[in-house]
Amino acid sequence: MTMALHKFFTDLFMFLGGIAGLSRSVFEALFKSRFEFKSTVDQVFQLGIRSMPLICVTAFSVGMVITLQSGMGLTKFGGTLYLPKAVSLSILWELGPLFTGLMVAARAGAGITSEIGSMMVTQQIDAMRALGTSPIRKIVVPRVVALFITLPILVALANFLGILGSIIVCSNQFHLDPYFYMQKITTSFRLFDYLSGFSKSFFFSLFISIPACYFGLQVREGAQEVGSATTRSVVVGSILILVGDFFLSKIFWVI
Amino acid sequence: MASLIQVQNFKKSFGDKPVHKDVSFEVFEGECLGLIGGSGSGKSVLLRSLIGLEKPNSGHIMVFGQDITRFSEAQLIDVRKKVAYVFQNGALFDSMTVFDNLAYPLREHFNMNETMIREKILFQLSEFGLQGNENLQTGNLSGGMQKRVGLARSMMMDPQVVLYDEPTAGLDPFNTKRIQDLILEMKKKGKTSILVTHDMPTAFRVCDRMIVIKEGRISEDKDGVQKFAEGDV
Repeated sequence: MTMALHKFFTDLFMFLGGIAGLSRSVFEALFKSRFEFKSTVDQVFQLGIRSMPLICVTAFSVGMVITLQSGMGLTKFGGTLYLPKAVSLSILWELGPLFTGLMVAARAGAGITSEIGSMMVTQQIDAMRALGTSPIRKIVVPRVVALFITLPILVALANFLGILGSIIVCSNQFHLDPYFYMQKITTSFRLFDYLSGFSKSFFFSLFISIPACYFGLQVREGAQEVGSATTRSVVVGSILILVGDFFLSKIFWVI
Repeated sequence: MASLIQVQNFKKSFGDKPVHKDVSFEVFEGECLGLIGGSGSGKSVLLRSLIGLEKPNSGHIMVFGQDITRFSEAQLIDVRKKVAYVFQNGALFDSMTVFDNLAYPLREHFNMNETMIREKILFQLSEFGLQGNENLQTGNLSGGMQKRVGLARSMMMDPQVVLYDEPTAGLDPFNTKRIQDLILEMKKKGKTSILVTHDMPTAFRVCDRMIVIKEGRISEDKDGVQKFAEGDV
């Protein structure tokens, strides 16, 4: 038991130290050395644009399901008219950023870790260093920046499609006029309501990209290690998003 | 002859397992030093340490008179421009073509326009018998070609010292001889080199001096490879 605890805390502090060290290197490389524009654009496409179909399907489905479930409950108490506000608020505050973050952690986070891990196994990262270049600048920074740019855009898209799904279900299932739905959103929402959810996505992008790069760079040898690093990356990214979401919500609530 | 690399009391362990207990040797300008030893004796770790890819637990590595053991990655850049490392399997960037692999160090370190880079690469490819392959993806190359592209890439910055990590491992006799000829060609051009290998015919053909690592220490260090009896290795 003591040994297990010792190992757990050793691993935890190694991870935290590693993440802190990598974050520092990323910010140093970002501001002190040449920016890899072409590589970043390529990553925006790989991590962002290619995640769009998954995000669209997820957001649209979540918007429809949450509306259906909430609507059935509210109808029993004659509260169908509150459906647009309740659902759209849930999507903008929580569900849009959260589901997008989790989906991107699964897709892009796994992709980043397995790609960097494979590069470690085939000594491509060592080759970069041996040729006098920094893998942090060439590999990590473009991925961190690309996700920082694309995740908020994906969240905006998810919010839009989630609400669209909700409007469709409200209209067909609960006979609420789409115009009424839109009017509820515009009259009862402040810009801050939207921004509080949206701004979480910037933090989520870092929760995904930095651990994903860290676990990729920890791979030493073999396909098995790439696989377990990829699993760890998705698990840690998802946990950071879920736990971080609570604290970020709390902070925005206080603000 | 001046000593370009000095390894002093090098000690390295992985976890509880000591790999190098106390290793010291020198490499002189223009010579080709063979680093021989059984599997797991730490030859490649020692070679990687010479350009800072691994850090020793204690001891010093002097490269061009500078102790690189405490150098940061930024400080190591200048060393790595002068000391090239040829990886066992080429370590080519698989997202790039042969041309882009060779262009990589030039684009990173030199202020050259694309025309000059192209000229230099085409010349380099012909030197290594790879002309006409510049547009191939590296995944489509044979093992021997990958090693030659790796060798060509490491020579793009015209290094003074070349570190070869098992350059002939897994190659057929024809490609082995080709790599040996390329190493001898580099020697003729005055490059200092260190060769880690299990391939004794290659070591006998290209090395001026050989050292044997056994149980974490140097067990043999002899000038003139003809002095080596098979039992020493």
